[in-house]
Amino acid sequence: MDDLLREFITETNESLDVVDVELVKFEQEPNNATILDNIFRLVHTIKGTCGFLGLPRLEAIAHAAETLMGKFREGTPVTPNAVSLILSSIDRIKEILADLEAAEGEEPSGDDSDLIAELERMSTNAAAAPVVEKVAEPEPEMNLNILEQSLERPLRPGEVSLDELERAFRETEVEVEVAEVAVEPVEAPAPAPAPEPVKAEAAPKPARPAKPARVAADADDDSKADASEKKSGGSSVSNQSIRVAVDTLEHLMTMVSELVLTRNQLLEIVRRHEDSEFKVPLQRLSNVTAELQEGVMATRMQPIGNAWQKLPRIVRDLSQELEKPIELEMIGAETELDRQVLEMIKDPLTHMVRNSADHGLEMPSARRDAGKPEKGTITLAAYHEGGHIIIEVRDDGKGLDVEKIKAKVIERGIATEAEVDKMSDAQIHKFIFAAGFSTAAQVTSVSGRGVGMDVVRNNIELIGGTVDLRSVPGKGTSFIIKIPLTLAIVSTLIVEASGDRFAIPQLSVVELVRVQNNSEHRIERIKDTPVLRLRNKLLPLLHLSQLLGIYAGENAEKAIDEDNGFIVVMQVGSQTFGVVVDGVFHTEEIVVKPMSTMLRNLTMFSGNTILGDGSVIMIIDPNGIASAMASHASSAVAEQNEEEAEDLQRRTQTNQAAISMLLFRAGAPEPKAVPLSLVTRLEEFEVSKIERSNGRDLVQYRGALMPLVYVNEGDQHKLEGTQPMLVFSDSGRSMGLVVDEIVDIVEERLNIEVGSERPGILGSAVIKERATEVIDLGYYLPQAFEDWFMRKEMDIQALTKKVLFVDDSAFFRNMLTPVLKAAGYDVTTCVGPQEALDLLENGVKFHAIVSDIEMPEINGFEFCEAMRRDPRFRNIPILALSAMVTPASIERGRQAGFDDYVAKFDRPGLIAALKDVFSGEMGVAA
Amino acid sequence: MTVLETNVATGGDMIQYVTVVIGGQLFGLPISQVHDVFVPESVTRVPLSAPEVAGVLNLRGRIVTAIDMRRRLHLPPRTEGTMMAVGIEYKHESYGLVIDTVGEVLTLQAKSAEPNPTNLDKRWAEISAGVHRLDGRLMVILDVARLLGSMFTEPMAAA
Repeated sequence: MDDLLREFITETNESLDVVDVELVKFEQEPNNATILDNIFRLVHTIKGTCGFLGLPRLEAIAHAAETLMGKFREGTPVTPNAVSLILSSIDRIKEILADLEAAEGEEPSGDDSDLIAELERMSTNAAAAPVVEKVAEPEPEMNLNILEQSLERPLRPGEVSLDELERAFRETEVEVEVAEVAVEPVEAPAPAPAPEPVKAEAAPKPARPAKPARVAADADDDSKADASEKKSGGSSVSNQSIRVAVDTLEHLMTMVSELVLTRNQLLEIVRRHEDSEFKVPLQRLSNVTAELQEGVMATRMQPIGNAWQKLPRIVRDLSQELEKPIELEMIGAETELDRQVLEMIKDPLTHMVRNSADHGLEMPSARRDAGKPEKGTITLAAYHEGGHIIIEVRDDGKGLDVEKIKAKVIERGIATEAEVDKMSDAQIHKFIFAAGFSTAAQVTSVSGRGVGMDVVRNNIELIGGTVDLRSVPGKGTSFIIKIPLTLAIVSTLIVEASGDRFAIPQLSVVELVRVQNNSEHRIERIKDTPVLRLRNKLLPLLHLSQLLGIYAGENAEKAIDEDNGFIVVMQVGSQTFGVVVDGVFHTEEIVVKPMSTMLRNLTMFSGNTILGDGSVIMIIDPNGIASAMASHASSAVAEQNEEEAEDLQRRTQTNQAAISMLLFRAGAPEPKAVPLSLVTRLEEFEVSKIERSNGRDLVQYRGALMPLVYVNEGDQHKLEGTQPMLVFSDSGRSMGLVVDEIVDIVEERLNIEVGSERPGILGSAVIKERATEVIDLGYYLPQAFEDWFMRKEMDIQALTKKVLFVDDSAFFRNMLTPVLKAAGYDVTTCVGPQEALDLLENGVKFHAIVSDIEMPEINGFEFCEAMRRDPRFRNIPILALSAMVTPASIERGRQAGFDDYVAKFDRPGLIAALKDVFSGEMGVAA
Repeated sequence: MTVLETNVATGGDMIQYVTVVIGGQLFGLPISQVHDVFVPESVTRVPLSAPEVAGVLNLRGRIVTAIDMRRRLHLPPRTEGTMMAVGIEYKHESYGLVIDTVGEVLTLQAKSAEPNPTNLDKRWAEISAGVHRLDGRLMVILDVARLLGSMFTEPMAAA
C-alpha cells in the first residue's frame, strides 16, 4: 500500500468519526448551517480523494450522500430518516475502508446500489429544491477537482478560475471582514471544498481559509465571525503538528524511563558522597530529565474526548432503537490521560453508556409519570483528582432496583437470603459487578447478555482502576471510575516484609495505621483470625509475608506481631482489608517494568522496577492481594469448625474400599494380616535349605541369598519339614518373612481400629470377625537390608516430615503408605483431592504431597493447579505419581506445577524424589 | 591427535562453547547464545515463583531473571564459594543462569557431539542437547531453549 493511500485511510477515518458526531448534533439543530457545512465538506473531501485515488465504490457512495446533504443545505427539512440513511452510508464507507486497509489498498468488490438508490430516492423526493439546481451544485465542485489535478479543461460558464480563487483566499486570510466582500460575488459553494483533496500536494495554505469564505456567504454574521476564527486557528495548529508513529513515542517513553532510573541511581550515589563535584551538574541533569519526562508524557496524553467520540452516535442509535429520547451530555472532554489507558477504558465506557440508556433510563411515559422531563439525560464527566482521573457516567433514570437485584442474587446463588437481608442497599448495588449478573428482564440487542458490569469492572481493574456506584431510587445512577493517569509511572509506597522490600501502588492504599500495644488501634483476634478495629469497622488482617509465602519462622500464623506493626489499609473495589508489613519506608515514583514472561503467571505482582540504589523491587498487584485475601478469609471461616475437621480426619483413615488381605499366623495363635498387594509371592522352603551366616538365617533364592526375618524377635524357623514364608521383593532384593502358617486370603476393608505401640504392628483390625494384627511391613524390610528404603536416600530429616498421600485406589494407598512410613515419613492418606483440600483448608499442615494423577472428579493435574493458585499452599512440594509416564504427561505435570513426576511402581524413585524436594526446600531456607 | 588437529584436518563445522561447571559437572553453552558473564549481586527473590528462579537482578539497567542451575538440575544447593552467572537472551528477555564457575571457551566439532546416554537422568536429558567427550571428562551441552522453555507455566505471549 503506498503512503498516499495510507495517509488517506487514516485521515478519512478521522474525518468520519467527526462526521458521526456532527451529524448527531445536526439532527438536533437542523438549522445550524455551520455544522452542515462541516459535514458537507468532510464528505466532499472523501468523495474527491476517492476519485483521485481511483476508488469508484467509495466515490459513488460519498457522492450520493453528498447529494442528499446538498438538499439539506438548500433548505430541505432534515428528517431522522434521512440522517439515519446518511449515517448508514458513513458506516458503509467505514466498512469499505476497513477492507481496503486489510487488502493493502485493493478496493473490495461489492454492490452498493441499494444504498445509493435509497439515497437518490430521498434526494429526488426532497421537495424544496428545484431539480436544476440540485444537479448543478455538486457538478462544478467535481469539475474543480479535476481542474486542479489537471488543467486540461476550459472553464465553464459560472466557474471560477484558480487564480481568482487563490486571490480570494489570500485576501480572506489577511482580513476576514474583507473576505466577506471579496468572496460574495463569486459563487460561494464552489471554492469551499475544492482544494481539499489536493492539499497534500499543493497549496495547503489557501485550503483552510476557504471555509470562512463559505461561512461568510451562507451563515449569519455572528456564527461567521466565530467560525472563521476557529478555522484559521485550526489551520495554524495543523501546520505545527506532525504525525508520529505510536511506536516511536513508545520507544521514546521507554528510553526516558531508563533515563529516569539512571538519574535516580546517580542521585543515590551522590547522596552518599557529601561534597561531590558532580552535585551541581547532576542537579541540572535531574531537572532536565524531569522536564524531558514530563514532555514525553505529554505526547502520550490525549483528551478523553477521543474515547467518547463514538458515544453520541451510539446513544442516538440506541435512542431510536429503544424509542427513548436520550440526551448525551459530555463534560470535561478535554481532560487528558495516557493513550494506553484511554484505549483500555474505551470499551468499558461504551458498555456503561449502553447500560445507562437501556437499563438506567425509563421509557418516556414512565418518566412523565414520575414528573421528569421525557427526555432522559446521560452525563459523562471527566476530571483530574490527585494523580488520578475520575470519570463519571451518570443517568437521571430510575436508579437501581434493589429488590430485583436481591431476587437475582438469591436466584443465582451468589448469596443467601439471610445474608442479603443483612446488607445495606449500597452493598446490594455492588452485586451488579458480580460475574454473570444482569438485571435486564429480557435480553435486548443492547444489553442483558449476561456479560455485563463484571467485564467492565475487570477491564478497569486491569489498569489499576476502581469502579464504584451510587444510586438513588427515582433519581438515577452514577458510576464513578477512578483510574491512574498513566500506567508507565506509578506512585508507590515502599514497604518491608521478611527482610525484602516491596512496592504497593498508592492508588489502592487508603491509609497507614501504626499499631503499638498502647496506641488506640490494636490488633485483635477472633479465635485465630487477626482483625483491626478501625473507626468501628473490622478489617481482616494478613501479613504480607504470609500472603507471599516468605515468612521465615515456623508458623506463618504468628507472623503478625500484635504489639508492633504497620498496617497498610488497602481498598480494591468494594473490598477493604489490612496488610501487615514489618516496615514502611517512603513513597517513590517508579517506572513499571513488566515482569519477565517466566514470572508473569504470578498474580501477586504487577511488575518490577529498579530502585534508586540499583536493586530490583517487586510491585505488588492489589488485585492479586485482594483475591488472595478473599480465599484466605474463606478458609478462616472454615477453620472455626474444628469438630468438622476432626471428623474429616477420621474419615480419611476409615473411608477405604475393601482390599485383599493375606492372613497368616506367626509366633502367636492370633492371626496377623498384611495387604496381599505387598506380597511378591508365597514360598515354602525345605528347612535344610536354610543356612546360617553372619548371625542370620538365609536361603538361596533365585541365585541370590535372601535374608529371613521373623515376625517376633527370637522366633525360630521350623526344625523339620518345610517352612512357609512370605517373600517381599523390591528392585532386585528379596526378603523372606518367616510365618507359621498361611491362613487365608480375604477381601476386607482395612479398618485399623486400634493403633499399636508395638514396632512392626500397624494396629488391630477386625478381619473375618476376629481381631487381627496388621503388620507394618516398613518395620521388617529394613531388618533384612538395613538400607532397604534408604540406600542412599534415607535422611534423618525425613523423620519429622508430614506427607499427604492422595490416591483414589486403595491398592496403591496400601502399597505405598508402608513404603513411605518405612522411609520415616509421617503419612496421612486421602482418597481424593477434595478431601485433601478440605484437610488443608482445615489447617492440617503437610511438608509434601504425593498425588495420584488418574482420579475421578478432580484429577491430579487439576488438584496441583488448584494448590498452586492458593498462596498458602503454593510452596508445598507436590509429587505426581502415575501409572502413565510419558514425556507428554511429564510435561503436563510440570505445567500443572508438580515438583516431580514418579512412576507408580517406582518405589525407590518416589523416596528419592521426596528426598529431593526436601533437600530443595532446605535450600530455600538457607 | 588432539581435538583441534582433527578439526583442522577435516575442516568440519566448528562450534564454540563456553564451558561452565555446575555441581562438579562440566557443561557447555554455545558461545553465540552467551551475552555476558557476571557475578550476580543483590538478587531480589521473587516470592511464589518456581523454585528454580533464584530471583531478579539489575544488570546495567536491565532486569534479569536469574535461574539457579543447581536447582534446575536437581543438584544440592551450593554451600560455599562465590557464584557466577551467564547472561543469555531468550525470546527477547534477559536471563541469568547461576552456575558455580565459568571455564574456558572450547572449539569443538559439531559432529563429535554424541546423543544423550539413554540412562541419563530424565530431568537432565530434558535439557541436554548431547554430550562431548573431552580429554578425561565429559561436557554436557545445555539446550537453552529447552532449559528455559519448559519453565514457562503459560504459553508465551505473542510479543
